Amino acid sequence: MASSAPAATAAAPHPYAPTPYRVLSRVSETADTVTITLAPARGAALGAHRPGQFNMVYAFGVGEVAVSISDDAVAPAPLVHTVRAVGQVTSALARAVPGQVLGVRGPYGRPWPIAGAHGKDVLVVGGGLGLAPLRPLLKELLAHRDRFGRIEIIYGARTPKDLLYYPQIQSWRQRSDWRVQVTVDAAGREWYGDVGLVTARLPDVRLEPARTVAFLCGPEIMMRNTARDLVDRGIPESAIWLSLERNMKCAIAQCGHCQFGPVFVCREGPVFAYTEIRRLLAVREV
Amino acid sequence: MTESVRPPESALRVADHPFLRGLDPSLIESLAEHAVERDFEPGEFVVRDGEIADGCYLVFHGKIALEVSAPDRGRLTIQTVGPGEVLGWSWLTPPYRWQVDARALKHVRAVRLDAEVLRRTFAEMPEAGYQFLLRLLPVIAQRLENTRIQLLDVHGV
Ligand code: FES
Repeated sequence: MASSAPAATAAAPHPYAPTPYRVLSRVSETADTVTITLAPARGAALGAHRPGQFNMVYAFGVGEVAVSISDDAVAPAPLVHTVRAVGQVTSALARAVPGQVLGVRGPYGRPWPIAGAHGKDVLVVGGGLGLAPLRPLLKELLAHRDRFGRIEIIYGARTPKDLLYYPQIQSWRQRSDWRVQVTVDAAGREWYGDVGLVTARLPDVRLEPARTVAFLCGPEIMMRNTARDLVDRGIPESAIWLSLERNMKCAIAQCGHCQFGPVFVCREGPVFAYTEIRRLLAVREV
Repeated sequence: MTESVRPPESALRVADHPFLRGLDPSLIESLAEHAVERDFEPGEFVVRDGEIADGCYLVFHGKIALEVSAPDRGRLTIQTVGPGEVLGWSWLTPPYRWQVDARALKHVRAVRLDAEVLRRTFAEMPEAGYQFLLRLLPVIAQRLENTRIQLLDVHGV
């Protein structure tokens, strides 16, 4: 039987088989969050990714976890992932040192629907680690700046020390072709910026609601409140996109770990239109 | 801090503040009559925790940090207030004392509406006072929401 199997079938990679990637660099973003850059350890790279997609990253001997891809989508390699050490696997990834080999499979999931924002104003709202999957989107907005109308960005974090990509944020704030507002939940006296919720910055944004597309990623309560305020402001629900974070196991709609009500986040998400998940977001525990 | 009683044209300026825009003109006129323009240099306190809440501040320029002292964390800014926003509601109900420090982060230009004038005017013009309170309530609600989010520590989980 086995000898009659076609060669192509025998060569097909197992869907769970990771591709070895070597850590090129590791940058500490905050006390518990690092950004690692990865290149194929040998052989071919994974397929090209789109902003908003994620990979399953494997710390050999520890386990595997879903991590959004947090830098440009233009080149498929190197891969950039920002990881917060909250569990065993993420802690192992956060400790990874240059030269170490990790396993990666992907990319998975529905990307941000950027083409739908062509010709429109764009609002990007990120909270905490939620800036990671938004960064490739922001880079694509900049790469094709002339395709979009006004661009407003709001980023919130717990404290100034918890802001990701701080040097990059500082350079983004210097740009005149978009506006970046940064706010934190609380701060010491060394901080001269805004303190308060991202929703408190919304009245300041200058957009044409009916022709605005919004992209949100962050804690669910932040996305829920922001989406609510945007709808109140006249932005169509179908033009509000959110990226959900869920525990992933298989990432290929087989295990059910990522289920959010009837939805498989790994396959139908992680990016959803607000219209698709509004009711689920309103439920206290799904 | 510098203080100046507002010139006659101040009614126009007070009326232009987004917080008051569209309110009953006679209410605005009453409030503007006793309004005082105030400037605060960076680092200067606008109000101090425990002191008499002497009024409501309409912020026109600059940024104010609302600060509390937190055990092991020193001085903590829990919210900032900027142009177009309003500072303070402790003048509204007894004991009429500020419950937070407010400190200028950048040079601040604000107009203080006198607390006694506010309370007296609201008593005389309850309907206009009600409209004023309807605008103040979302400010209070937002502070509550901010506090709730901080308590939940949503970014930290
Ligand atoms: S992670 Fe297994 S079904 Fe989505």
